Amino acid sequence: MNTSNVNKAILMLALAASCTVQAAENETTDSDRIAAYREMISDGNPAEFDEMRGEELWKTAAGPNQATLEKCDLGKGPGVVKGAYAELPRYFKDTGKVQDLESRLLTCMTTLQGLKEEDISAKPFASEKKASDISSLTTYVVGQSKGIKMAVSVKHPKEKEAYEIGKRIFNYRAGPYDFACSTCHATSGVRIRMQDLPNLSSNKKDAQSAYTSWPAYRVSQGLTRSFQWRLNDCFRQQRFPEPKFASEATVALTMFLAVSANGAKYDGPGLKR
Amino acid sequence: MNAKQIIGMVVAASFAAAILPAQAASLDAKTTDIIKRDFRDKGIAKASRVNQDELQAACSKYVDKVPTKLKHKLEAEQEKAVKWPADGKYMGDWKAGEKLAQSGRGMTWSDKPEDAAGGNCYNCHQLSSTEIAYGTIGPSLLNFGKIRGNTEEVQRYAYGRIYNAKAYNACANMPRFGHMGILSEAQIKDLVALLLDPESPVNK
Repeated sequence: MNTSNVNKAILMLALAASCTVQAAENETTDSDRIAAYREMISDGNPAEFDEMRGEELWKTAAGPNQATLEKCDLGKGPGVVKGAYAELPRYFKDTGKVQDLESRLLTCMTTLQGLKEEDISAKPFASEKKASDISSLTTYVVGQSKGIKMAVSVKHPKEKEAYEIGKRIFNYRAGPYDFACSTCHATSGVRIRMQDLPNLSSNKKDAQSAYTSWPAYRVSQGLTRSFQWRLNDCFRQQRFPEPKFASEATVALTMFLAVSANGAKYDGPGLKR
Repeated sequence: MNAKQIIGMVVAASFAAAILPAQAASLDAKTTDIIKRDFRDKGIAKASRVNQDELQAACSKYVDKVPTKLKHKLEAEQEKAVKWPADGKYMGDWKAGEKLAQSGRGMTWSDKPEDAAGGNCYNCHQLSSTEIAYGTIGPSLLNFGKIRGNTEEVQRYAYGRIYNAKAYNACANMPRFGHMGILSEAQIKDLVALLLDPESPVNK
Protein backbone atom coordinates (compact mmCIF):
# COMPACT_ATOMS: atom_id res chain seq x y z
CA MET A 1 0.00 0.00 0.00
CA ASN A 2 1.50 3.33 -0.97
CA THR A 3 0.97 6.61 0.89
CA SER A 4 -2.02 7.74 -1.10
CA ASN A 5 -3.78 4.43 -0.61
CA VAL A 6 -3.06 4.54 3.11
CA ASN A 7 -4.63 7.96 3.28
CA LYS A 8 -7.60 6.91 1.21
CA ALA A 9 -8.12 4.05 3.65
CA ILE A 10 -7.92 6.42 6.62
CA LEU A 11 -10.51 8.66 5.00
CA MET A 12 -12.85 5.76 4.35
CA LEU A 13 -12.63 4.85 8.03
CA ALA A 14 -13.20 8.46 9.02
CA LEU A 15 -16.17 8.74 6.71
CA ALA A 16 -17.63 5.47 7.93
CA ALA A 17 -17.16 6.53 11.56
CA SER A 18 -18.67 9.96 11.08
CA CYS A 19 -21.55 8.49 9.06
CA THR A 20 -22.40 6.14 11.92
CA VAL A 21 -22.13 8.82 14.55
CA GLN A 22 -24.24 11.25 12.57
CA ALA A 23 -26.70 8.78 11.10
CA ALA A 24 -29.40 10.18 13.34
CA GLU A 25 -28.98 13.59 11.79
CA ASN A 26 -30.81 14.31 8.62
CA GLU A 27 -28.13 16.16 6.73
CA THR A 28 -24.43 15.49 7.02
CA THR A 29 -22.48 17.48 4.50
CA ASP A 30 -19.19 16.40 2.99
CA SER A 31 -17.67 19.42 4.72
CA ASP A 32 -18.53 17.98 8.13
CA ARG A 33 -16.89 14.67 7.30
CA ILE A 34 -13.85 16.35 5.80
CA ALA A 35 -13.49 18.50 8.90
CA ALA A 36 -13.43 15.33 11.01
CA TYR A 37 -10.80 13.82 8.74
CA ARG A 38 -8.68 16.97 8.84
CA GLU A 39 -8.66 16.82 12.60
CA MET A 40 -7.61 13.16 12.56
CA ILE A 41 -4.55 13.85 10.46
CA SER A 42 -3.86 17.40 11.62
CA ASP A 43 -0.19 16.57 12.20
CA GLY A 44 0.35 15.68 8.56
CA ASN A 45 -1.03 16.26 5.06
CA PRO A 46 -0.08 13.90 2.21
CA ALA A 47 0.60 17.04 0.16
CA GLU A 48 3.89 17.22 2.06
CA PHE A 49 5.27 14.45 -0.15
CA ASP A 50 4.53 16.56 -3.21
CA GLU A 51 6.11 19.60 -1.50
CA MET A 52 9.29 17.57 -0.94
CA ARG A 53 9.27 16.39 -4.54
CA GLY A 54 8.89 20.00 -5.68
CA GLU A 55 11.71 21.24 -3.47
CA GLU A 56 13.99 18.57 -4.90
CA LEU A 57 13.05 19.64 -8.43
CA TRP A 58 13.65 23.30 -7.56
CA LYS A 59 17.19 22.56 -6.36
CA THR A 60 18.22 20.01 -8.99
CA ALA A 61 19.92 21.03 -12.23
CA ALA A 62 17.72 20.10 -15.19
CA GLY A 63 16.92 20.88 -18.83
CA PRO A 64 19.28 21.56 -21.73
CA ASN A 65 20.99 24.27 -19.64
CA GLN A 66 21.47 21.94 -16.66
CA ALA A 67 20.36 24.74 -14.35
CA THR A 68 18.40 24.73 -11.10
CA LEU A 69 15.50 27.10 -10.44
CA GLU A 70 17.30 28.70 -7.51
CA LYS A 71 17.66 31.96 -9.46
CA CYS A 72 14.01 32.04 -10.45
CA ASP A 73 12.40 35.40 -9.59
CA LEU A 74 8.88 34.83 -8.33
CA GLY A 75 8.44 38.54 -7.67
CA LYS A 76 10.43 39.07 -4.49
CA GLY A 77 13.84 38.80 -6.14
CA PRO A 78 15.85 35.90 -7.66
CA GLY A 79 15.61 32.79 -5.51
CA VAL A 80 13.20 34.21 -2.93
CA VAL A 81 10.49 31.62 -2.39
CA LYS A 82 9.32 32.53 1.09
CA GLY A 83 6.14 34.61 0.91
CA ALA A 84 6.17 34.77 -2.91
CA TYR A 85 2.86 32.97 -3.42
CA ALA A 86 1.00 35.33 -1.07
CA GLU A 87 1.72 38.17 -3.54
CA LEU A 88 0.86 36.33 -6.77
CA PRO A 89 -0.40 36.95 -9.41
CA ARG A 90 1.61 40.13 -10.05
CA TYR A 91 3.02 42.19 -12.90
CA PHE A 92 6.54 41.18 -14.03
CA LYS A 93 8.64 43.78 -15.79
CA ASP A 94 10.81 41.27 -17.69
CA THR A 95 7.88 39.57 -19.42
CA GLY A 96 5.60 42.65 -19.42
CA LYS A 97 2.78 40.42 -18.20
CA VAL A 98 0.74 39.68 -15.12
CA GLN A 99 1.64 36.12 -14.13
CA ASP A 100 0.33 33.60 -11.65
CA LEU A 101 2.64 31.02 -10.06
CA GLU A 102 2.34 28.42 -12.83
CA SER A 103 2.81 30.96 -15.59
CA ARG A 104 5.88 32.36 -13.80
CA LEU A 105 7.32 28.87 -13.27
CA LEU A 106 6.92 28.33 -17.02
CA THR A 107 9.00 31.48 -17.59
CA CYS A 108 11.74 30.27 -15.24
CA MET A 109 11.81 26.72 -16.61
CA THR A 110 12.13 27.99 -20.18
CA THR A 111 14.59 30.86 -19.60
CA LEU A 112 16.80 29.31 -16.89
CA GLN A 113 16.62 25.62 -17.73
CA GLY A 114 16.00 25.87 -21.47
CA LEU A 115 12.95 23.61 -21.38
CA LYS A 116 10.27 24.02 -24.03
CA GLU A 117 7.02 25.63 -22.93
CA GLU A 118 4.88 23.34 -25.09
CA ASP A 119 6.50 20.26 -23.51
CA ILE A 120 5.71 21.50 -19.99
CA SER A 121 2.19 22.65 -20.86
CA ALA A 122 1.37 19.36 -22.58
CA LYS A 123 1.06 17.54 -19.22
CA PRO A 124 0.57 20.25 -16.62
CA PHE A 125 -1.39 18.15 -14.12
CA ALA A 126 -0.49 15.08 -12.10
CA SER A 127 -2.27 11.83 -12.84
CA GLU A 128 -2.40 8.49 -11.00
CA LYS A 129 0.19 7.17 -13.42
CA LYS A 130 2.55 10.10 -13.57
CA ALA A 131 3.53 13.03 -11.35
CA SER A 132 3.81 16.47 -12.95
CA ASP A 133 6.98 18.48 -12.32
CA ILE A 134 5.37 21.90 -12.64
CA SER A 135 2.54 20.81 -10.34
CA SER A 136 5.00 19.57 -7.67
CA LEU A 137 7.04 22.77 -7.99
CA THR A 138 3.83 24.69 -7.37
CA THR A 139 3.12 22.68 -4.22
CA TYR A 140 6.63 23.43 -2.94
CA VAL A 141 6.39 27.18 -3.59
CA VAL A 142 2.93 27.62 -2.01
CA GLY A 143 4.05 25.76 1.10
CA GLN A 144 6.65 28.48 1.63
CA SER A 145 3.84 31.03 2.09
CA LYS A 146 1.97 29.10 4.77
CA GLY A 147 0.89 31.47 7.53
CA ILE A 148 1.72 34.58 5.49
CA LYS A 149 -0.99 37.16 4.81
CA MET A 150 -2.32 37.33 1.25
CA ALA A 151 -1.30 40.71 -0.21
CA VAL A 152 -1.94 40.70 -3.94
CA SER A 153 -1.48 44.13 -5.53
CA VAL A 154 -3.69 45.83 -8.10
CA LYS A 155 -1.56 49.01 -8.13
CA HIS A 156 0.01 48.47 -11.53
CA PRO A 157 -2.45 49.28 -14.36
CA LYS A 158 -1.93 45.81 -15.82
CA GLU A 159 -2.70 44.22 -12.44
CA LYS A 160 -5.86 46.30 -12.17
CA GLU A 161 -6.82 45.33 -15.71
CA ALA A 162 -6.23 41.63 -15.03
CA TYR A 163 -8.46 41.89 -11.97
CA GLU A 164 -11.24 43.56 -13.98
CA ILE A 165 -10.98 40.98 -16.77
CA GLY A 166 -10.95 38.17 -14.21
CA LYS A 167 -14.14 39.52 -12.67
CA ARG A 168 -15.76 39.51 -16.12
CA ILE A 169 -14.63 35.94 -16.81
CA PHE A 170 -16.17 34.96 -13.46
CA ASN A 171 -19.54 36.27 -14.69
CA TYR A 172 -19.20 35.06 -18.30
CA ARG A 173 -22.17 32.83 -19.16
CA ALA A 174 -21.83 30.48 -22.10
CA GLY A 175 -22.02 26.89 -23.25
CA PRO A 176 -24.98 24.51 -23.50
CA TYR A 177 -25.94 25.05 -19.83
CA ASP A 178 -25.50 28.89 -19.79
CA PHE A 179 -23.25 28.55 -16.75
CA ALA A 180 -20.71 31.03 -15.42
CA CYS A 181 -18.52 30.65 -12.33
CA SER A 182 -21.08 32.93 -10.69
CA THR A 183 -23.93 30.47 -11.28
CA CYS A 184 -22.65 28.37 -8.38
CA HIS A 185 -20.28 30.74 -6.58
CA ALA A 186 -22.08 34.05 -6.07
CA THR A 187 -24.62 33.08 -3.40
CA SER A 188 -23.87 32.23 0.21
CA GLY A 189 -24.99 29.04 1.91
CA VAL A 190 -25.91 26.98 -1.15
CA ARG A 191 -24.74 23.54 -2.20
CA ILE A 192 -24.74 21.09 -5.13
CA ARG A 193 -26.15 17.81 -3.83
CA MET A 194 -24.33 17.66 -0.46
CA GLN A 195 -21.30 19.69 -1.51
CA ASP A 196 -21.17 23.18 0.02
CA LEU A 197 -20.29 25.93 -2.45
CA PRO A 198 -18.21 28.93 -1.40
CA ASN A 199 -19.53 32.35 -2.44
CA LEU A 200 -16.44 33.74 -4.14
CA SER A 201 -17.80 37.08 -5.27
CA SER A 202 -19.61 38.69 -2.35
CA ASN A 203 -18.62 36.80 0.77
CA LYS A 204 -15.11 37.75 1.91
CA LYS A 205 -14.81 34.88 4.40
CA ASP A 206 -15.82 32.25 1.83
CA ALA A 207 -13.51 33.73 -0.80
CA GLN A 208 -10.59 33.77 1.64
CA SER A 209 -11.00 30.26 2.98
CA ALA A 210 -11.50 28.79 -0.49
CA TYR A 211 -8.51 30.48 -2.10
CA THR A 212 -6.09 30.01 0.78
CA SER A 213 -6.76 26.25 0.95
CA TRP A 214 -5.64 25.57 -2.65
CA PRO A 215 -3.48 23.89 -3.98
CA ALA A 216 -4.66 20.85 -2.03
CA TYR A 217 -4.32 17.12 -1.60
CA ARG A 218 -7.49 15.64 -3.04
CA VAL A 219 -8.31 12.53 -1.01
CA SER A 220 -10.79 11.14 -3.54
CA GLN A 221 -8.08 11.28 -6.21
CA GLY A 222 -5.01 10.56 -4.08
CA LEU A 223 -3.23 13.50 -5.71
CA THR A 224 -2.09 17.00 -4.87
CA ARG A 225 -3.88 19.41 -7.17
CA SER A 226 -2.71 22.85 -8.28
CA PHE A 227 -4.82 25.99 -8.58
CA GLN A 228 -4.68 25.78 -12.39
CA TRP A 229 -6.14 22.29 -12.04
CA ARG A 230 -8.90 23.62 -9.78
CA LEU A 231 -9.94 26.18 -12.42
CA ASN A 232 -9.65 23.60 -15.21
CA ASP A 233 -12.03 21.20 -13.48
CA CYS A 234 -14.51 23.98 -12.69
CA PHE A 235 -14.67 24.84 -16.40
CA ARG A 236 -15.20 21.15 -17.19
CA GLN A 237 -18.23 21.06 -14.91
CA GLN A 238 -19.40 24.37 -16.33
CA ARG A 239 -19.60 22.49 -19.70
CA PHE A 240 -17.00 24.86 -21.14
CA PRO A 241 -14.18 23.87 -23.48
CA GLU A 242 -10.74 23.57 -21.86
CA PRO A 243 -8.85 26.67 -20.74
CA LYS A 244 -5.27 26.65 -22.01
CA PHE A 245 -2.74 26.06 -19.22
CA ALA A 246 -1.46 29.27 -17.58
CA SER A 247 -3.23 31.34 -20.26
CA GLU A 248 -4.14 35.01 -19.79
CA ALA A 249 -7.76 34.00 -19.11
CA THR A 250 -6.78 31.68 -16.24
CA VAL A 251 -4.29 34.20 -14.81
CA ALA A 252 -6.90 36.99 -14.87
CA LEU A 253 -9.48 34.78 -13.15
CA THR A 254 -6.85 33.77 -10.56
CA MET A 255 -6.09 37.48 -10.02
CA PHE A 256 -9.76 38.19 -9.28
CA LEU A 257 -9.96 35.30 -6.82
CA ALA A 258 -6.59 36.02 -5.17
CA VAL A 259 -7.42 39.69 -4.56
CA SER A 260 -10.71 38.59 -3.01
CA ALA A 261 -8.65 36.56 -0.53
CA ASN A 262 -6.40 39.47 0.48
CA GLY A 263 -5.93 39.92 4.21
CA ALA A 264 -6.29 36.23 5.07
CA LYS A 265 -3.34 34.05 6.04
CA TYR A 266 -2.40 31.63 3.30
CA ASP A 267 -3.07 28.14 4.63
CA GLY A 268 -2.09 25.71 1.88
CA PRO A 269 -1.35 23.21 0.64
CA GLY A 270 -4.78 22.16 1.87
CA LEU A 271 -6.72 18.95 2.15
CA LYS A 272 -9.95 18.30 0.27
CA ARG A 273 -12.47 15.49 -0.09
CA MET B 1 -17.67 66.76 8.35
CA ASN B 2 -19.77 69.01 6.11
CA ALA B 3 -21.67 68.13 2.96
CA LYS B 4 -18.99 69.59 0.68
CA GLN B 5 -16.33 67.38 2.21
CA ILE B 6 -18.52 64.32 1.86
CA ILE B 7 -19.20 65.09 -1.81
CA GLY B 8 -15.48 65.62 -2.32
CA MET B 9 -14.70 62.25 -0.78
CA VAL B 10 -17.33 60.48 -2.85
CA VAL B 11 -16.04 62.06 -6.06
CA ALA B 12 -12.43 61.21 -5.17
CA ALA B 13 -13.35 57.64 -4.27
CA SER B 14 -15.28 57.08 -7.47
CA PHE B 15 -12.35 58.33 -9.55
CA ALA B 16 -9.92 56.10 -7.70
CA ALA B 17 -11.92 52.90 -7.72
CA ALA B 18 -14.69 52.99 -10.29
CA ILE B 19 -14.40 51.89 -13.88
CA LEU B 20 -15.86 54.48 -16.26
CA PRO B 21 -18.46 53.28 -18.80
CA ALA B 22 -16.10 53.64 -21.77
CA GLN B 23 -13.45 51.66 -19.89
CA ALA B 24 -16.02 49.01 -18.96
CA ALA B 25 -17.02 48.54 -22.60
CA SER B 26 -13.42 48.12 -23.68
CA LEU B 27 -12.79 45.67 -20.82
CA ASP B 28 -15.88 43.69 -21.88
CA ALA B 29 -14.56 43.50 -25.45
CA LYS B 30 -11.08 42.56 -24.28
CA THR B 31 -12.48 39.83 -22.03
CA THR B 32 -14.39 38.30 -24.94
CA ASP B 33 -11.26 38.34 -27.13
CA ILE B 34 -9.19 36.67 -24.42
CA ILE B 35 -11.82 33.99 -23.80
CA LYS B 36 -12.13 33.22 -27.50
CA ARG B 37 -8.35 32.84 -27.76
CA ASP B 38 -7.66 30.95 -24.51
CA PHE B 39 -10.13 28.05 -24.66
CA ARG B 40 -9.71 25.02 -26.89
CA ASP B 41 -11.58 21.89 -27.99
CA LYS B 42 -11.52 19.01 -25.56
CA GLY B 43 -13.56 15.87 -26.22
CA ILE B 44 -17.12 16.83 -27.02
CA ALA B 45 -16.63 20.35 -25.57
CA LYS B 46 -15.66 22.39 -28.61
CA ALA B 47 -14.05 25.83 -28.36
CA SER B 48 -17.07 27.37 -30.09
CA ARG B 49 -19.05 26.83 -26.88
CA VAL B 50 -17.63 30.09 -25.51
CA ASN B 51 -19.45 32.04 -28.24
CA GLN B 52 -22.43 33.64 -26.51
CA ASP B 53 -25.96 34.03 -27.81
CA GLU B 54 -27.71 37.36 -27.20
CA LEU B 55 -29.17 36.23 -23.89
CA GLN B 56 -25.91 34.88 -22.47
CA ALA B 57 -24.11 38.07 -23.50
CA ALA B 58 -26.73 40.32 -21.86
CA CYS B 59 -26.80 38.31 -18.62
CA SER B 60 -22.99 38.39 -18.46
CA LYS B 61 -22.75 42.10 -19.19
CA TYR B 62 -25.32 43.06 -16.56
CA VAL B 63 -24.28 40.29 -14.13
CA ASP B 64 -27.80 38.80 -14.30
CA LYS B 65 -29.51 42.15 -13.59
CA VAL B 66 -30.61 43.05 -17.11
CA PRO B 67 -32.63 46.32 -17.49
CA THR B 68 -36.38 45.59 -17.43
CA LYS B 69 -37.13 46.45 -21.06
CA LEU B 70 -34.35 44.23 -22.40
CA LYS B 71 -35.27 41.49 -19.93
CA HIS B 72 -38.84 41.37 -21.25
CA LYS B 73 -37.63 41.38 -24.85
CA LEU B 74 -35.27 38.46 -24.18
CA GLU B 75 -37.97 36.50 -22.35
CA ALA B 76 -40.44 37.03 -25.20
CA GLU B 77 -37.89 35.78 -27.74
CA GLN B 78 -37.14 32.69 -25.65
CA GLU B 79 -40.86 31.97 -25.20
CA LYS B 80 -41.46 32.26 -28.93
CA ALA B 81 -38.84 29.59 -29.57
CA VAL B 82 -40.39 26.98 -27.23
CA LYS B 83 -41.44 23.87 -29.16
CA TRP B 84 -44.60 22.61 -27.49
CA PRO B 85 -45.43 18.88 -27.83
CA ALA B 86 -47.27 18.25 -31.11
CA ASP B 87 -49.65 15.78 -29.44
CA GLY B 88 -50.69 18.35 -26.84
CA LYS B 89 -49.66 15.98 -24.01
CA TYR B 90 -47.25 17.19 -21.32
CA MET B 91 -47.04 14.27 -18.88
CA GLY B 92 -44.84 11.19 -19.29
CA ASP B 93 -43.65 8.56 -16.83
CA TRP B 94 -42.59 9.83 -13.38
CA LYS B 95 -40.36 6.77 -12.79
CA ALA B 96 -38.27 7.60 -15.84
CA GLY B 97 -38.35 11.22 -14.68
CA GLU B 98 -36.92 10.29 -11.26
CA LYS B 99 -34.03 8.44 -12.94
CA LEU B 100 -33.31 11.43 -15.14
CA ALA B 101 -33.53 13.81 -12.17
CA GLN B 102 -30.91 11.75 -10.33
CA SER B 103 -28.36 11.89 -13.16
CA GLY B 104 -25.95 14.82 -13.12
CA ARG B 105 -24.11 13.64 -16.21
CA GLY B 106 -23.82 15.14 -19.62
CA MET B 107 -21.99 17.48 -21.97
CA THR B 108 -18.71 17.88 -20.07
CA TRP B 109 -15.48 17.16 -21.93
CA SER B 110 -15.15 13.91 -19.95
CA ASP B 111 -18.56 12.68 -21.15
CA LYS B 112 -18.60 10.62 -24.34
CA PRO B 113 -20.75 11.62 -27.33
CA GLU B 114 -22.94 8.54 -26.81
CA ASP B 115 -23.51 9.30 -23.09
CA ALA B 116 -27.02 10.63 -22.62
CA ALA B 117 -27.34 13.78 -20.56
CA GLY B 118 -29.23 13.63 -17.29
CA GLY B 119 -31.65 16.18 -15.92
CA ASN B 120 -29.26 17.33 -13.17
CA CYS B 121 -32.36 18.17 -11.11
CA TYR B 122 -31.19 17.00 -7.67
CA ASN B 123 -27.95 18.94 -8.11
CA CYS B 124 -29.93 22.10 -7.38
CA HIS B 125 -33.44 21.18 -6.18
CA GLN B 126 -35.14 19.19 -3.47
CA LEU B 127 -37.70 16.91 -5.16
CA SER B 128 -38.68 13.57 -3.56
CA SER B 129 -38.88 13.56 0.21
CA THR B 130 -36.86 10.33 0.29
CA GLU B 131 -33.79 11.82 -1.45
CA ILE B 132 -31.84 13.86 1.07
CA ALA B 133 -28.78 14.50 -1.12
CA TYR B 134 -30.22 17.48 -2.93
CA GLY B 135 -28.73 20.85 -3.80
CA THR B 136 -30.09 24.22 -2.80
CA ILE B 137 -29.17 26.53 -5.68
CA GLY B 138 -32.75 26.30 -6.95
CA PRO B 139 -35.97 26.36 -4.92
CA SER B 140 -37.37 23.21 -3.29
CA LEU B 141 -39.84 21.42 -5.57
CA LEU B 142 -41.12 19.08 -2.89
CA ASN B 143 -44.92 18.74 -3.19
CA PHE B 144 -44.82 20.71 -6.45
CA GLY B 145 -47.96 19.01 -7.81
CA LYS B 146 -49.68 18.71 -4.44
CA ILE B 147 -49.53 22.48 -4.06
CA ARG B 148 -50.44 23.42 -7.63
CA GLY B 149 -52.61 20.53 -8.83
CA ASN B 150 -52.04 19.12 -12.31
CA THR B 151 -54.43 20.99 -14.55
CA GLU B 152 -53.39 21.39 -18.19
CA GLU B 153 -52.31 24.94 -17.43
CA VAL B 154 -49.96 23.76 -14.70
CA GLN B 155 -48.63 20.96 -16.93
CA ARG B 156 -47.90 23.42 -19.73
CA TYR B 157 -46.19 25.77 -17.28
CA ALA B 158 -43.94 22.98 -15.93
CA TYR B 159 -43.10 21.80 -19.45
CA GLY B 160 -42.23 25.33 -20.57
CA ARG B 161 -40.16 26.02 -17.47
CA ILE B 162 -38.03 22.90 -18.05
CA TYR B 163 -37.85 23.42 -21.82
CA ASN B 164 -36.64 27.00 -21.39
CA ALA B 165 -36.43 28.55 -17.91
CA LYS B 166 -35.21 31.78 -19.51
CA ALA B 167 -38.61 32.37 -21.13
CA TYR B 168 -39.87 33.03 -17.59
CA ASN B 169 -36.77 34.69 -16.11
CA ALA B 170 -34.13 35.84 -18.61
CA CYS B 171 -31.09 35.28 -16.40
CA ALA B 172 -32.30 32.29 -14.39
CA ASN B 173 -29.50 29.96 -13.24
CA MET B 174 -31.32 26.96 -14.71
CA PRO B 175 -30.20 25.55 -18.08
CA ARG B 176 -32.57 25.62 -21.06
CA PHE B 177 -33.01 21.86 -21.33
CA GLY B 178 -35.20 21.78 -24.43
CA HIS B 179 -33.94 24.93 -26.15
CA MET B 180 -30.30 23.79 -25.99
CA GLY B 181 -31.07 20.20 -26.98
CA ILE B 182 -29.96 18.72 -23.65
CA LEU B 183 -33.17 16.70 -23.14
CA SER B 184 -35.74 15.39 -25.63
CA GLU B 185 -39.44 16.16 -25.64
CA ALA B 186 -40.18 12.72 -24.15
CA GLN B 187 -37.62 13.24 -21.37
CA ILE B 188 -39.08 16.62 -20.46
CA LYS B 189 -42.53 15.00 -20.28
CA ASP B 190 -41.12 12.44 -17.85
CA LEU B 191 -39.84 15.27 -15.66
CA VAL B 192 -43.21 17.02 -15.80
CA ALA B 193 -44.74 13.77 -14.56
CA LEU B 194 -42.19 13.59 -11.74
CA LEU B 195 -43.33 17.05 -10.64
CA LEU B 196 -47.08 16.63 -11.14
CA ASP B 197 -48.17 12.98 -11.06
CA PRO B 198 -50.03 12.34 -7.79
CA GLU B 199 -48.18 8.98 -7.59
CA SER B 200 -44.73 10.63 -7.88
CA PRO B 201 -42.58 10.66 -4.71
CA VAL B 202 -42.43 14.45 -5.13
CA ASN B 203 -46.09 14.57 -4.08
CA LYS B 204 -46.13 11.72 -1.56
